[in-house]
Amino acid sequence: MRTLVSPSALRSPRGKVVYGVVFACTLAVFVIAFMFPLYWAITGALKSPQELAQTPATLVPHEWHPETFADAWSQLNLGKYFLNTLVVAGGAWLAQLAIDVPAAFALSKLRPKFGNVVLGLMLATLMLPATALLVPTYVTVTDLPLLHLNLINSPTAVWLPAAANAFNIYLLKRFFDQIPDELIEAARIDGAGPVRTLWKIILPISRPILAVVSILAVVTAWKDFIWPLLVFPDTEKQTLSVMLQRVAIDMPLNVLVAGMVLASLPMVALFLAFQRQILAGLTAGSIKG
Amino acid sequence: MSSPRSSSLLAWPATSSSRAGRPAVSPEERRRTTLKRKIKENLTAYGLLCAALVVFALFSWYPIVRGVLLSFQQVDFVNAPTWVGFDNFAKLFEDPLFGVAWRNTLLFTGLALVFGFAVPFLTAVLLNEIRHAKAFFRLAVYLPVMLPPVVTALMWKWFYDPGPGLFNSALGAVGLPGGQWLDSSGTAMLSLVFVSTWANMGSTTLIYLAALGTIPGELYEAAELDGAGVWKRLRHVTFPQTRFVLLVLLLLQVVATMQVFTEPYVMTGGGPDDSTVTVLLLLYRYAFVYNDFGSASAMSLLLFVALGVFSAWYVRLTRKADQS
Repeated sequence: MRTLVSPSALRSPRGKVVYGVVFACTLAVFVIAFMFPLYWAITGALKSPQELAQTPATLVPHEWHPETFADAWSQLNLGKYFLNTLVVAGGAWLAQLAIDVPAAFALSKLRPKFGNVVLGLMLATLMLPATALLVPTYVTVTDLPLLHLNLINSPTAVWLPAAANAFNIYLLKRFFDQIPDELIEAARIDGAGPVRTLWKIILPISRPILAVVSILAVVTAWKDFIWPLLVFPDTEKQTLSVMLQRVAIDMPLNVLVAGMVLASLPMVALFLAFQRQILAGLTAGSIKG
Repeated sequence: MSSPRSSSLLAWPATSSSRAGRPAVSPEERRRTTLKRKIKENLTAYGLLCAALVVFALFSWYPIVRGVLLSFQQVDFVNAPTWVGFDNFAKLFEDPLFGVAWRNTLLFTGLALVFGFAVPFLTAVLLNEIRHAKAFFRLAVYLPVMLPPVVTALMWKWFYDPGPGLFNSALGAVGLPGGQWLDSSGTAMLSLVFVSTWANMGSTTLIYLAALGTIPGELYEAAELDGAGVWKRLRHVTFPQTRFVLLVLLLLQVVATMQVFTEPYVMTGGGPDDSTVTVLLLLYRYAFVYNDFGSASAMSLLLFVALGVFSAWYVRLTRKADQS
């Protein structure tokens, strides 16, 4: 594909040299800027506490202490916090799919009366900066109107607000809009009700968008900090991020760093496994320029 | 024995019986059945929508109204909320930290624009020209985006450590004096901006890269035939062609960076000398340290209004620029 620099300029002897130099420099900068910090964190966890506190720091650990990872697992009680985070993120994912998919389907294909008003009211919430609702939503979660339930310390305090996600509904609706109405009509003639149509026909062909929504949901929930910080005052219920921040001051540095590396692994693994969907999700919301 | 009609009856019982079961209907009756079907469809649709309506009502629409009300109330969760008019706003304006927080936030946003806007764009332009190891570059630049922000913040707090930290060790290794980074009020905010840029530039870079990929190659060819060098092509082809994405991401970035919280909360706690107290950090203190939810809501309302006014002004400005 033709870009800024012309292919013929690249093929000339001088072009080849310039390209080689630029490529090598970019590669070096990327390795130093993005790979080296990760190397530093992983090897930092493998150093002894004395070596870690030493000035100047060592590039390669003099002694290797792989057992730090096991220590971090038990000292930080990581198993429990992994499970907490998994419950919070998994539940937020399921809640978003279970609530937003039927809503988007109804708005896209059943087109009820006032559907556009409902959609407009949902999309309007995207105009609000996320933090503008922090305090009132917190107040609401401590005492739900009408039901008078207090969701503090319950994972539902993350699940339910996460499902009120207008961006998901917008993405899903836009995808459903492209599915021809004839398909739905054909299903109806065959005697399938709307729910059956959604389950048997729409969902199977919507896999790409469901993957994008799912990954966005899990990654957002796993990365979130401020909301879990507010709604899980009970230290036993906290997510990994909130716990790490809480213990950061008191923990030996090597144990803390090992804990940080372990807490990041699931997201890095997810990224390596679902790169394509994640990068598709990144540009899914953006409009073509 | 069999007439054509009866044979068709045998062969197509379904069609015939349905035809037989539906004698000529009056228009009145037909209208009633379509109405019935319409009602039924609407009920199903709202049945599928009801869960979404409940969560939006509880966690989005109601809090919007509640937030505005809270701004004008005194709320401490012990006594019943009382209406106090503009007292919460007056209290905020009297707090010397209020002005500091806004100044710091604007400084953060400004610095984040300088780095967070130029660096990803130039990186994307550069990566678009590189023909080798494309997958590696994309992966590397996006990897920090996947790390939990708390991990990134804690990790960089350790890198910035003036003693055995990565930065001063690296500077020492090449014979340069180390810096105070987070421990000096002069550099603390800049250090936070640096972390934030490092952590978030992956997504903007890849969005720019996608936008660059849609530029038709003929435009570059034509510009080259007209004698435009690389810089002129960048200025007259690349910029105008990615203008829309650039403008949208600029707006999104200002809105996002004005709400910065995790980095100052985890890395500096607002210090040293309140040099990293941001609007959101102060809002957090009002609500969850001083238990003054009214003033905290007043602060969110101000932030919302400020961002709303900025967005409206920005959209108008860019539209005007488009027309001229």
